Amino acid sequence: MKDTEGYVTADGRQIGGTLMEMRNITLRFGGVVAIQDISFDIHEGEVRAIIGPNGAGKSSMLNVISGFYTPSEGEVWYQGAKRPPMKPYEVARQGVARTFQNIALFEGMTVLDNVMTGRLTHMNAGVVSQALWWGKARNEEMENREKVERVIDFLEIQNIRKTPVGRLPYGLKKRVELARALAAEPSLLLLDEPMAGMNVEEKEDMSRFILDVNDEFGTTICLIEHDMGVVMDLSDRVVVMDYGKKIGDGTPDEVRNNQDVIDAYLGVPH
Amino acid sequence: MLNDIFIAPFVDMVEAPDFLMQVLWEGLVSGILYALIALGFVLIFRSSRIFNFAQGIMVVFAALTLVGLFAMGVPAWLSVGLTLVVMFVLAVVIERVVLRPLVGQPDIILFMATIGITLFLIGLGETIFGGENKVMITEELGIPTGDTVLEPFGGLLILQHLDITVVIVATLLVLALLAFLNYTQMGRAIRALGDDHQAALSVGISLQTIWVLVWFIAGIIALVTGIAWGARAGVSFALEVIAYKALPVLMLGGLESITGAIVGGLMIGILEKLFEIYWGQPLLGGNTETWFAFVLALIVLLFRPQGLFGERIIERV
Repeated sequence: MKDTEGYVTADGRQIGGTLMEMRNITLRFGGVVAIQDISFDIHEGEVRAIIGPNGAGKSSMLNVISGFYTPSEGEVWYQGAKRPPMKPYEVARQGVARTFQNIALFEGMTVLDNVMTGRLTHMNAGVVSQALWWGKARNEEMENREKVERVIDFLEIQNIRKTPVGRLPYGLKKRVELARALAAEPSLLLLDEPMAGMNVEEKEDMSRFILDVNDEFGTTICLIEHDMGVVMDLSDRVVVMDYGKKIGDGTPDEVRNNQDVIDAYLGVPH
Repeated sequence: MLNDIFIAPFVDMVEAPDFLMQVLWEGLVSGILYALIALGFVLIFRSSRIFNFAQGIMVVFAALTLVGLFAMGVPAWLSVGLTLVVMFVLAVVIERVVLRPLVGQPDIILFMATIGITLFLIGLGETIFGGENKVMITEELGIPTGDTVLEPFGGLLILQHLDITVVIVATLLVLALLAFLNYTQMGRAIRALGDDHQAALSVGISLQTIWVLVWFIAGIIALVTGIAWGARAGVSFALEVIAYKALPVLMLGGLESITGAIVGGLMIGILEKLFEIYWGQPLLGGNTETWFAFVLALIVLLFRPQGLFGERIIERV
């Protein structure tokens, strides 16, 4: 690892060393190049944003990080080691949790059950002891339940614990999805457009929760967002993508004054 | 005529309550087996959207393996254990060879693949164990075969010990499955997988593990039903029919619903027996059990296309 030094943010928080590093990532679908030779890193404890106009390749990048896509070229380094090609569930078990742009919840299950699935990565008891509800499995279930209740409390969704997710309004579903990801106690939390489709009030709520999560649990967060205003307020450092390329990287202020970024957002012809 | 349909049967029921109890009991015994089989279908459907046509042949295959192993001189209980191992291997092989390569294909392709599995298992079973009828090793397994005669209301109620055992074992198995699905992480994973594959992957659920697990559970169910049904009707390929009895149960209960499978199974078991005894035999010359369940399911579907407990299909336009 070249850069394991931490830094201190503008508001005085101490950020740790490198947690994840993307090295020269390229992703192709047939002839289409979705991501072209992008490198950046995510430090422990920071809120890192990836922004860019529609079709810039932000979601593809998130899918590479979470293992849903395997990069055509380039390396992913995680916790100081190069990560071999992995299935998404294996990545999840390494402590990377995520939410989805179009909400992927288990609609038929209650909020509580949905959040409980977030604990699956911490499941150690075997199938047999689970089937018999015995020994280790039993203790584990209790322990998981406690942790989950804490997350539910934290995100203020106690009153809908037993409601089937399918019946909830959009904004709450987003929050339940966040709860499920949090329940995994992830080392890295990926949020794919957490504020998409929300009204101003819901956006403010969500921003507050994201900051609280980062603050309270020290969770490293990497998020994709459309809404420039929100991103600039939330994040410590920002990667800007356009047409699959990285056009900017730095603190919100640096990025705001970057001519390439301004051009991309205002639509200067390429 | 109207009298025969609407009045006489109920008069009979009231006049001979002991006989009514006998009928209900026998209905309950078949009902619980239907429920068990239907659960096998529901589990596989919920976790992979596959309608498992092979469930019936798995019953036959499990029973044949059990009897076959015993015939080779393996002790009875060890045969049960070994049969479970065989069913587990079968689950692994099916996942590896059939399901994994077909991930993401349309549901109908996977359905046809299970027909393929059915035909393959028929062939395999006949090759290894032969096609002739066999007798279930009921006594060797220590399943009681006598009967208890009760005398409620001054009448007669005969409870076969075999039936009592079946009801107890099947009920325990159903309860265990329910607890497993509702209160363990694995169970939650099974339910989750059916709802959203992507989300399931993102919380660390491995499709492969869960699929092997649900097919193995279906295998266990197949073995239990195979023993229970085989003890009454002998072990032959005709046992497969019991799985088709689960079809109306599924139509009634909905393919998604675990409660639906259980309630639907019991309902069909009991209603078809009642209908046969009180309406079928006197009015229609009997043998209504072969079709009654289907007609009932059709009538229910007319009013509730999603079944009694199925997920409501709402399409937003």
